[in-house]
Amino acid sequence: MTGVKEVLGAVVAAPLGWLARLLDTPLRLWQRLAGQNGMVAFFLLPNMAIFTVFVLLPLVINIAYSMTTGAALFLPERTYVGAAQFERLLRCTDYTDLMTCQEDQFWIALRNTGSFVVLQVTLLIVAATITALILNRALRALSFWRAVFFFPVLLSPVVVGLIWRWILDRNGVLNAALVGMGMDPVNWLLDRNYAFSAAIGVTIWAHLGFFALILLAGLQAIPRDLYEAAEMDGTKPARVFWRITLPLLMPNMLVVIVLALIRAVQVFDEAYVLTGGGPGTATLFLTQYIYEVGFASLLKNPGLAAAASILMGGVLIVLTLLQLALGRKNERKGKLK
Amino acid sequence: MKNTMIALALGASLMGTTALAGDVRLMWYSDGVEGEVMKDLVARFNAENPGINVILDEVAYKVVQEQLQIQLEAGSGPDIARVTNLKTLAPHWLDLTPHLADPEYWRTNFGAHADWMREDGSEAITGFMTQLTLTGGFANATLFEQAGVALPGAGATWDDWVNAADQVAKSQGTAAAFAIDRSGHRISGPAVSYGANYIAADGSPAPVDDGTKAFAEKLVGWVEGGQMLRDTWVAASGSTYRAAADDFINAAIPFYYSGSWQIANLSTKIGDGFDWVATGSPCGTAGCSGLAGGAALVAVKYTQNAEEVAKVMEYFAREDIVKEFSERTLFLPAHAGVVAAGGMNWQTEDKNVGAALDAYIAAAGDILPGADALPAWKWATPYYGALVNRISQVMAGELTLEDAYARIDQDITEAVAAAQ
Amino acid sequence: MSRVMGFLTRRKGGTGWDWTDVFTFVWLGSAVFIMFGPALWLVMSSFKSPAQLSEFPPTLLPYEAQTVAVEGYDRPLPLFSVTDEAGTRQLAEVRRVGTVAQMVDPANPTEVQRINIANRTPMREVGFSWDNYLDPFLRFDFLTYTKNSIFVTGVATLITLLTNSMAAFALSKYEFRGRGFVVVLIIATLMIPLSVILVPLYSIVSGVGLINSLWGVILPTVATPTGVFLLRQYMLTIPDELLEAARMDHASEWQIYWRIVLPLTAPALAVLAIFSVVWRWNDFLWPLIVLSRQEVYTLQVGLNAYAGELNVQWHYLLAMTVITMIPVVLVFIFLQRFITAGIAGTGLK
Repeated sequence: MTGVKEVLGAVVAAPLGWLARLLDTPLRLWQRLAGQNGMVAFFLLPNMAIFTVFVLLPLVINIAYSMTTGAALFLPERTYVGAAQFERLLRCTDYTDLMTCQEDQFWIALRNTGSFVVLQVTLLIVAATITALILNRALRALSFWRAVFFFPVLLSPVVVGLIWRWILDRNGVLNAALVGMGMDPVNWLLDRNYAFSAAIGVTIWAHLGFFALILLAGLQAIPRDLYEAAEMDGTKPARVFWRITLPLLMPNMLVVIVLALIRAVQVFDEAYVLTGGGPGTATLFLTQYIYEVGFASLLKNPGLAAAASILMGGVLIVLTLLQLALGRKNERKGKLK
Repeated sequence: MKNTMIALALGASLMGTTALAGDVRLMWYSDGVEGEVMKDLVARFNAENPGINVILDEVAYKVVQEQLQIQLEAGSGPDIARVTNLKTLAPHWLDLTPHLADPEYWRTNFGAHADWMREDGSEAITGFMTQLTLTGGFANATLFEQAGVALPGAGATWDDWVNAADQVAKSQGTAAAFAIDRSGHRISGPAVSYGANYIAADGSPAPVDDGTKAFAEKLVGWVEGGQMLRDTWVAASGSTYRAAADDFINAAIPFYYSGSWQIANLSTKIGDGFDWVATGSPCGTAGCSGLAGGAALVAVKYTQNAEEVAKVMEYFAREDIVKEFSERTLFLPAHAGVVAAGGMNWQTEDKNVGAALDAYIAAAGDILPGADALPAWKWATPYYGALVNRISQVMAGELTLEDAYARIDQDITEAVAAAQ
Repeated sequence: MSRVMGFLTRRKGGTGWDWTDVFTFVWLGSAVFIMFGPALWLVMSSFKSPAQLSEFPPTLLPYEAQTVAVEGYDRPLPLFSVTDEAGTRQLAEVRRVGTVAQMVDPANPTEVQRINIANRTPMREVGFSWDNYLDPFLRFDFLTYTKNSIFVTGVATLITLLTNSMAAFALSKYEFRGRGFVVVLIIATLMIPLSVILVPLYSIVSGVGLINSLWGVILPTVATPTGVFLLRQYMLTIPDELLEAARMDHASEWQIYWRIVLPLTAPALAVLAIFSVVWRWNDFLWPLIVLSRQEVYTLQVGLNAYAGELNVQWHYLLAMTVITMIPVVLVFIFLQRFITAGIAGTGLK
């Protein structure tokens, strides 16, 4: 096995190393000419060029879309309406009752997404931490266990949604098992709470391995002697966890929290295939709302969808800045050490 | 590094967009075997016409429904496409008239549906229906027989059917009495049977009227009463399409309201499991109407090879080809000559299929004018969408019927306003 | 079992069961069931016939009707187990009319019995419907689709690793004006899902002329903010002293990136590589929009030709899904060794 690995590694690495050496001379020249800032520009340029064209520019165009209306899909043929789309989204006669809003489904989607994010991220992080802690114990067959948790990450979200829809369907495996045990079948996807929990459970199932793996990498990097010292002092395990494990795990935990939040806010494929937003609108999330308004329906309304996505983006940026502030505090701590 | 990448990208894009003279791109989606049949026909066409190379791009229906419009608005897209959303996209279709050898043949045989795929007031020939569909019911004759309940006969109302199916459901312990696909198109034939009219005098959408309300009220009542299967409508939101075919196939419902396109599907999956019959559409107060529909093959305006496209279209619209296509796919033909000649030699061993197809051909006579106008009406799609979206919210207990009617009217008004 | 006991008792260094050991045992035990169960079921279902897929109650194993050749009948007849007043026996069905089945005893084919269908159940045996796998291969050009998928996945992953790591290096190891702005920009855009900007993105890709080109699929996905973020977080943990020492030895900035930072980032790179491969291989929504010509189809787009307006041909879709999963699983099995090795070898401790 190692033989194969080494050969393969060499096959991949050799031409890359050769290329890197080839690049060295011109880059040294550039470094002398342009200085450190020139090098920064060089390192940033490829990524930022692609990023600007394919990520940033669409976002800017999206802002332009949010101020237009009309049947045409492409910007030049659309009519400017100013903030009308935003007004339409935000107008409610009574802000305590979502049903009185003009775009009631936008508000429902917003509310659903909010509670989904809070619940899903919390549960996911707890589950991922537990899993990582368990995998970090001196386990035999670690790679097997890691694979057990990780492999759903390899499935496409559409497949994940489908598998679980078949399991939770009225005619699905779970009900077959319940009937087999002499119980009454349950309409899992027809009950608001069950369907919402299913959306949370299935997305956790699909992403748990990814986050557990990141946390596991962090745990394995914590020096063993710290634990040994704590054990000698007779420190309680709970205290060890709060005082040693968690603080040292923080950089990885931050990555996990940020990525988990992003994933949760963007929840779409799995939930869409699983529940289709139902029952009623119980699992209608923002991304689905925007996708349906702006793209999937036969009379597309990209203006309204763009306005909704910008409102969504606004909330997200506030969230991100909060996290960054947290992260910076952490970075400074790292530097001090 | 970057230059190489750009060069590569440019090279690839050139390769990607070059259209060879004589190439005709045909975008096709499949519900069942029609993709294979089409592939076979395309191979034959290519062999007979060395100068033309038809390339069949088989896509998901989602592509035709969601992406094609964007491609068309960008002035690109395939040369020919199989489309269901015919009226909304009508400005993008090519008028084949100047390129056809015999336009009169098209007017005689496909004239009845020409309006479905051209802009209002236009006389263009843009394509032809590959198949007609008609909504209608299916009954599990074996379950009815086991329960000792007679199948309601001609002229039976929706209530008659639901009550009969309910007796069967109670006696045989099935999940529910009946189901209707989650689709605004499916409930519009029945609504028209109860006197609904969607179209105002000036062609714009009319507010929800008493006919629509009557049937919507029945639907909600049937869900609350447990006669109608909850899952199909309640377990999704928005205008998502959900079919209840699997429940019928599993004998979980004795009666199922869907349409003629299910016949091949039912035949494959039910096999010899039970006997099933097509029942046509149950009656309301105004008639016993179903709703027609279907998919058409249309030519796209942005093609570089209009002459070749016309040749390809002429081939697939030929009487013998249409007949063969319908016989092999078990679709209802839309070609007037083929229908008039009759004597379809359906390619199946299932005795239920021929009878069902014939029943649908007969039921086509029951379509009311109000339903007949819908396929060629440009606001039908948002109307259907709003109906499904809001009525299923009522079924889920999120809205009252009164609120739902107001919401439906508002949704449709907004859709119309946004599209103008 | 002794293995499990082995690791359970080792933790505390003594004998007896700590509550954490019990918890570990329960957690891992249920994980095997919950994590593997659905996938096993997916694989098994991919061998079922269309009729069996829509059956309730579903079975784990695929079955097919047992048939028997009976003298006097051309085709093999389906076998049923019949239970009525005359006892339980196996009969073959000739035909069914309404609720009555005409059946024969295979041993005595001349005597036709009339049986109520409520009294018979079909005899079935485990049987795999290989046609689900074979038909699509005969019908579609899966070789081309696979080639396209491999190209997209491979090129996108390489570009992702290179450009993202370069950007992350600049953003973590240099102080320059506007750094904070770029970081915030990247993280803010992290949050915007693709499904929200489909129409503007399409107009750009179409403006650059990349519709129906594999580059139209690759380029919009490679500048993943996720990758930059992940790598940057990791690079922040690399001590600056290492870089300073290298600069003392007259290493160029490029060499520092290539020789020092990149090897030290190996575990994060491996993680990103796995994800890039998985994401690009499974990408569905975007390729579906960009690619509408069969010669540029990727596997995910190709297998979606089975999703029609009114029906989805699940049996083919499932079989092809299983096929498309295989390469990703292989990549993971291969790369996960690197992760372990990477973490052990970086001197991160």
